[in-house]
Formats: sequence, C-alpha cells, structure tokens
Amino acid sequence: MSTGTSPPPQANAGAPVIELIGLSMRFRQQQVLRDIDLTIHRGETVAVIGESGCGKTVMLKLMIALLKPTVGTVRFDGRDMATLAEHELSMTRLRFGFLFQMAALFDSLTIFDNVAFGPREHNLYDQATLERVVFERLQEVGLPAGLEQKKPAELSGGQRKRVGMARALALNPEVMLYDEPTTGLDPIMSDVINELILQTQRTKKTTGVVVTHDMKTVTKVADRVVMLYPLTRLEPDEPQMIYDGPPDGLDEHPDPRVRQFVRGEAGERLKELNTRRHK
Amino acid sequence: MAVASPPGPASASPSGLSPVHRLGEQAFDVVAEVGEAAYFSALTIGWMFRKLPRWSVMVPSLYSIGVSSVPVVAITGTFIGMVLAVQAHSQFALMGLATRLGSVINISLVKELGPVLAATMLAGRVGSAMSAELGTMRVTEQIDALSALGTNPIHYLVVPRFLACFLLIPLLTLMADFMGVIGGAVVSTQLLMVDSYAYWQHSREYVGSADLFAGVFKSFFFGAAIALISCQRGFNSRAGAEGVGQAATEAFVYSFIAILFLDFVIGIAWNGVYYALWPSSQTLL
Repeated sequence: MSTGTSPPPQANAGAPVIELIGLSMRFRQQQVLRDIDLTIHRGETVAVIGESGCGKTVMLKLMIALLKPTVGTVRFDGRDMATLAEHELSMTRLRFGFLFQMAALFDSLTIFDNVAFGPREHNLYDQATLERVVFERLQEVGLPAGLEQKKPAELSGGQRKRVGMARALALNPEVMLYDEPTTGLDPIMSDVINELILQTQRTKKTTGVVVTHDMKTVTKVADRVVMLYPLTRLEPDEPQMIYDGPPDGLDEHPDPRVRQFVRGEAGERLKELNTRRHK
Repeated sequence: MAVASPPGPASASPSGLSPVHRLGEQAFDVVAEVGEAAYFSALTIGWMFRKLPRWSVMVPSLYSIGVSSVPVVAITGTFIGMVLAVQAHSQFALMGLATRLGSVINISLVKELGPVLAATMLAGRVGSAMSAELGTMRVTEQIDALSALGTNPIHYLVVPRFLACFLLIPLLTLMADFMGVIGGAVVSTQLLMVDSYAYWQHSREYVGSADLFAGVFKSFFFGAAIALISCQRGFNSRAGAEGVGQAATEAFVYSFIAILFLDFVIGIAWNGVYYALWPSSQTLL
C-alpha cells in the first residue's frame, strides 16, 4: 500500500505514457491542483477519485492539453505537450479518446455524424470504410441499429454516453480518458458502461484514466487508484494526492480521509454542517 | 488551448481589496478582455487564410445567417423607407419641396439607415443566436470535444460564421436598401400623392452609385464585427443558463456599439477620401 508521493511499482507495468510533473493549476484566485506528480504506464487503468471540486476533471483535461498548467509539465509518450506545435498537438490528441461527463455530443449532428466526426475531419477513411467503422463502433457499445439518423437530444443518458464512447473509439485511441462515465446513470446502465470500459481495455489494449466517484467502477475497472483531496481542506505543506495504490488497499488505508471517502461516510462534515447552522 | 489566468496573490480575496486595488484589477480585466478579443480575431482571420472550411460545414452557416434573415431584413428595410417618407413629408411639403422627398429618403437609406439598421437587426437575430449557440457548446463541453477530436474549434465553428456574416450581411444590406426604396416610394407616391416622375427624377440626380457603395462598404465591416464579437462572447461564456444568457446579451450590446463606432469612423474616412478625389461633387438637394 502506498501513499502520496511514491507511486507503487507496477506489476507488468509498461513504459510511461502520461507523466504529470510538478503540476499546479490555478484559475484566477482559485488554486485547484498543487504540485501533482503522476506517471501512468502503458496498458494500466488508473481511477482518479476524490470529492467534487478537488481537481479530477481539471487533471484529465491537462493530460490532453485542453487546459494549460499554471506550473509544471505534462508529457505524453516522452514529449512535453506544451512544446508541440498546433498541428502536432492535434495529431497527438487523436491518440486519445475522451468520454466527457455529459457525453458532449454535437447537438446539431446525427449520431452517425457524431461518431464519424473524427475520422471524417482527418480524412482517415473513404465513405464505405467510414460507414463500416461507424456501424462497428455503435455495435461494440451495444447500440441498436436505427439510431444513426437520430439527434443526440432524442437519446437517453445511457445511450448518449455510449455514443460518446463510440465517437472516442472511432479514432482507435491508445489512451482513453473517462470523465465520470457512470454519473447520472441507473445502476444497470452504470454496470453496462463499466463493462464497456473493461471490454475496451481488453480488446483494444488501451491505457485508461477514469475519473469517478463511483466505487463500483473503481473496483471493477481500475488496476490502480489515485485519490486527490481538495486544496481548501489541506495545509500548505500537505500533498494533494493522498492515495496512490491498488484498489484493494483503499478500505484498510491508515488515512481516515481515504476510508471515509471509500465508505461514503460524512464524518466530521456533519459536525461542520451543524456548526455552520448554529453560527 | 484554454489558458489559465496568471497566478495572483493567493491570500487576496475580492472582499478584502482596497478600492484602488479593485479599480486596478478592473482596468487589468478590461485590457485583458480587449487583448483576448484581438487575439481571437487574429486567430480567426489567420485560420481563414490557412484553410477554408469544407462546403458542408459552410452551408448551415450560410443558411441560418443569410437565408433565414431575409424576412426580418426585408421588413426592416421596407418600414424604414415608409417611416422616412411619413416623417419627412410634412416638413418638405411646407417648404414646397415634396417632390424632393425621394432624394432625402433614398440617400438616407443607402448611405446610413439601411446598412446600420440592417446590421443592428442582424446583430440581434444572428449575433445573439451565434453567441448563445457557442456558449451552450462551451458549457456542455462540445468545444472541448472538438479539440479532443483533433479539430481546431476556431476553424470549425468561427470561420464559417465569420465568412457567412462577412459575405452575406452586405447582400442583406442591399436587399434592405431596395425594400426601403420601394417602401418609401410607395408611401410617397401612392399615399402622400407626391408626383412619381419628379420623385424618381430627383432621386436619380442626387443618389449615385458611390452612395450605394459607401453603405455596402460599411456593411462588410459591420458583418465582420458582428461575427467576431458574437463568437468571442460565446466562446468565453460562463457556465450555466445565466452565463449563456449574459454572453448573448453582451454579443448584441457590444456588436451594436461596434456598428455605431465603425459607422462614425468609416463615415469620416469615406467623406475625406471622396471629397479629396471629387471636390466638386457636393450638391444641394
């Protein structure tokens, strides 16, 4: 079992694929991430957990350079993302697949056009191959035929997430980034999404980073778990990453903050709530 | 790539700042906003020259900005002409100059009111819609999704809208002018009983192609300003319904101010150039 600053040695770990080095992020007066060091190895699936507002999604967006860090370096495959030219950055992003929290499907396009978007923009296939790839991806995520011509607004939350996943997989990414993939879904659909993450990991040999609050997702899909803690609750010299280790080490971890999160116990938060009410 | 703001003093909270500090921060914000808008405009124009959008991406923008705006612009133009005729007629008739009505209506229409009011109407109809659409795409992470799929959002979302506004707003202005001329003529000659021959004769003598061109020339700038301001506000929309609503409102207000400012500046410049080239061209009604 390990904590904070020293990541555990990975059994069968591949080469480092994503490296966050001394990463800090601040939006105006609000600091969200502080001095994060994290290495993700090829082939592993890392779950990032932590309370809302602790910077999990920001960390995910920093990995694909959708945000630029205030301090620190993000390396992908050994290359500093900040030094990449516009075209190189676009090409590098094609090696990632990103499943957004609310799927982020393009409202104005049909489901077919959403899934075809990446390959079409980059002229990867001819029309016949493109159609085949789109239907294959939709089939892989278990969507029935006949949905292709619908608009995203006509789909349920679970279907939208699956289309989002098909869209991300259409580019055959090496790394899949999942931002709260099961949030807002019923338990059965959550399990379907978890299975799809596992299936993607097995069949496409992708590296995965899953930001989630859902402990079922963590235990089911993750090889390794990283837990972030909100900076507003930390002392200036405390590390923000309070856990970095295997999923089975979470329950018995000596840090009460980790156990409390895993078990979903409010603990002293209830006391804080009561104190504020009295004030 | 979105850029985080530079680090500030960690301990400073907005409520604890002195008035001078707050004023300084606000001034800094204004400078940063202007800089950001300039950078956004430069990126848009840069992308336009690097790679034109695909036709399939252009068509929806051309349709929503151009074709869908035809009715509202036509109505605006017609009523401007009709109202000008009604308002100017009594004064001109008192002086026995009713037959000169065509000159004043048509010169006002093609040089000023047609371009400015058509652009204002389009800032409200097209600018707010573009800003709200892009703002919604920002808050629902669709703009991030574009970047994640290796597509530049400015090239994909802004350049088609910019080109559509830049190319079609002058055409819509021409249509507003035409409808205004017809509206003014119908009211003057059919309702106010101004002699039709004299009305058109005076119009022809006073309004030249240079006047028409002056109005259309301005509308290229109005179109560019509406597109850049509206898209920039949408791209920088804050989260939530309130943020998107504010972006749409700002898009209209800033576009309107830009239209008035550009109209003034281009008007001065145009007159300077025109009368320097043709000093004897000033004529009386």
